[in-house]
Amino acid sequence: MKLMLHVAPGIVRHPLIASVILETEALVNIERASINAVSGEIVLEVPPEKVQEVMEAFERRGVRVVPLEIPVIRDESECVNCGACVSICPTGTFRFEDWRVVADSGKCIQCGACVVGCPQRALKLVLK
Amino acid sequence: MQEKSLSEINERIRNGSARVVTAEEMPDLVDELGTAGAVREVDVVTTGTFGAMCSSGVFLNLGHSDPPIKIARAYLNRVEAYGGIAAVDLFLGATQPSEDRGIEYGGAHVMEDLVIGKQIEVEAHGSPSDCYPQMDLETSLRLEDFNQATVVNPRNAYQRYNAATNSSDRTMHTYMGTLLPGLGNVHYSGAGVLSPLSNDPGFEYIGVGTRIFLAGAQGYVIGAGTQHNPENGFSTLMVTGDLKRMNNSFLRAATFHKYGPSLYLGIGIPIPMLNERLAKSTAVRDSDITVPVQDYGIQRRDKPSVRMVSYEELKSGTIDLGGKEVSCSPLSSFQMAREVARTLKEQVERGEFLLSQAAEPLSRVGSSRPMKQTKESPNVGDVMSRDVVTVFEDIPVEKAAKLIISGSFDHLPVVSRDGRLIGIITAWDISKAVASGKPSRIAEIMTRRVHSVRLDEPIELAARTLDTHSISALPVVDREHKVIGMITSNHLSRLLARRR
Repeated sequence: MKLMLHVAPGIVRHPLIASVILETEALVNIERASINAVSGEIVLEVPPEKVQEVMEAFERRGVRVVPLEIPVIRDESECVNCGACVSICPTGTFRFEDWRVVADSGKCIQCGACVVGCPQRALKLVLK
Repeated sequence: MQEKSLSEINERIRNGSARVVTAEEMPDLVDELGTAGAVREVDVVTTGTFGAMCSSGVFLNLGHSDPPIKIARAYLNRVEAYGGIAAVDLFLGATQPSEDRGIEYGGAHVMEDLVIGKQIEVEAHGSPSDCYPQMDLETSLRLEDFNQATVVNPRNAYQRYNAATNSSDRTMHTYMGTLLPGLGNVHYSGAGVLSPLSNDPGFEYIGVGTRIFLAGAQGYVIGAGTQHNPENGFSTLMVTGDLKRMNNSFLRAATFHKYGPSLYLGIGIPIPMLNERLAKSTAVRDSDITVPVQDYGIQRRDKPSVRMVSYEELKSGTIDLGGKEVSCSPLSSFQMAREVARTLKEQVERGEFLLSQAAEPLSRVGSSRPMKQTKESPNVGDVMSRDVVTVFEDIPVEKAAKLIISGSFDHLPVVSRDGRLIGIITAWDISKAVASGKPSRIAEIMTRRVHSVRLDEPIELAARTLDTHSISALPVVDREHKVIGMITSNHLSRLLARRR
């Protein structure tokens, strides 16, 4: 399961991930992180059995946590099943099934490459 | 040789007994029945393609206003349409961006809005005369308000299209979609086995006046498209049809990120089984149709081909590029191409779509030459400075600072012992180093990901590189990557100032 962390100003300098790992002993994988002086946006892959514990640990530290259950929102009326999103996705979220584009939930890291790559403007990120 | 006449086939279509298959079913049928058997058993093979067709647009007649206006410039939802045709005829091109929303809304979007019944805002500026006194006008129109809305597309339905990849070190945003750096992916376009012109590459049936499926309407082939190049297997069609009869499912506006608007169109051609030559050509498979994979990392007209690849390989989802498995996906929709071929098949079966005798075949000779350029723009070598000072990476920061002060550039290319470019150092890097007070050798502070240009490249490319990366100078290198000069934004602005 992927979790998106929104780190607010004020706590962004704290070693949040390190302390949560030490506390929960969860083997997390950082899939994407964009951190600047005032805030941060991080996507973590967390083993299913640790999700609840990790979420709570972050929330106690003041981090807003959003589980990424739906990868991207697709407007079915705009999508023409071209496949421009398929080969540009770094995690292979999209694939063809009998030439229709299907998305595997759980792979998306909310990077947005497909959103601008879609000629029909049919894709939106969940959290934007 | 087994043969059938077109009137025989049309008779069967009229009485509902025509046997129709799609071009996807045909290869196996011909394998099983042979070409003679296929001509006996099949009457019509339907083809279809659905993809970006930039070279498209629509002639619109607005009717005359009172007092009358001779429109010189016109905007439809802030998208400029060409007004230099009589008084109230306009041509709206699919790729024209809008004045207010830029490339996110363009001519293609106006076409789609009209087709789905939306009202559009028209703003016209006239050139007044005794016949046409009106200066300017504004009005709101729907598709039914135009006298004619005739789609005329100069170049559609490419027989096949070059696949695209990118060897450069940055993501390229192209009309072939997002191309990731370092041969990161491959994009392709075209329906392969279903492509209309790949099923009749010798123009045995397709010609001037051939009735086609154009975005849901019955349209016609006007003739060969622009850049028609049958000798090399890149034939194209110029087509026409009535926008008022088109269907939004097969006409979709698109925007390619950082490139521009385009129009996705569905085009299908039913091919009659007149003879065994047509049975043979419609038995074409994805594995028979090959295209070069071109390197869009090279921003020149003649892009090098990385390798040849068949549509079968492209459709498999990965191809091998220099020993690396690279993910590939289409920009055109094969699902929609099937939808075109299937819809057309049903229309023929229901007797709604008759086949037509061409007035003449498409030309077997084409022309897709490069532009004749009579005013060559200068190359980097004509503009650059040759008195560039290069340094080795082990010199102290103070020495680099002195060289910058005494020289004419704010940049020092850093080279290896054999003169190859390995980095660059700027006055800013030195200031930063001095401010933080740490490093002593420039190797610690230089930029290693350095951009460069070649002597024989046009200055437009150098300008674009400077702009893309927000930098002000580029080392000029030779084929061995040795530094031979420097080109700066000052060189380019001086050139412009002189030209104006």
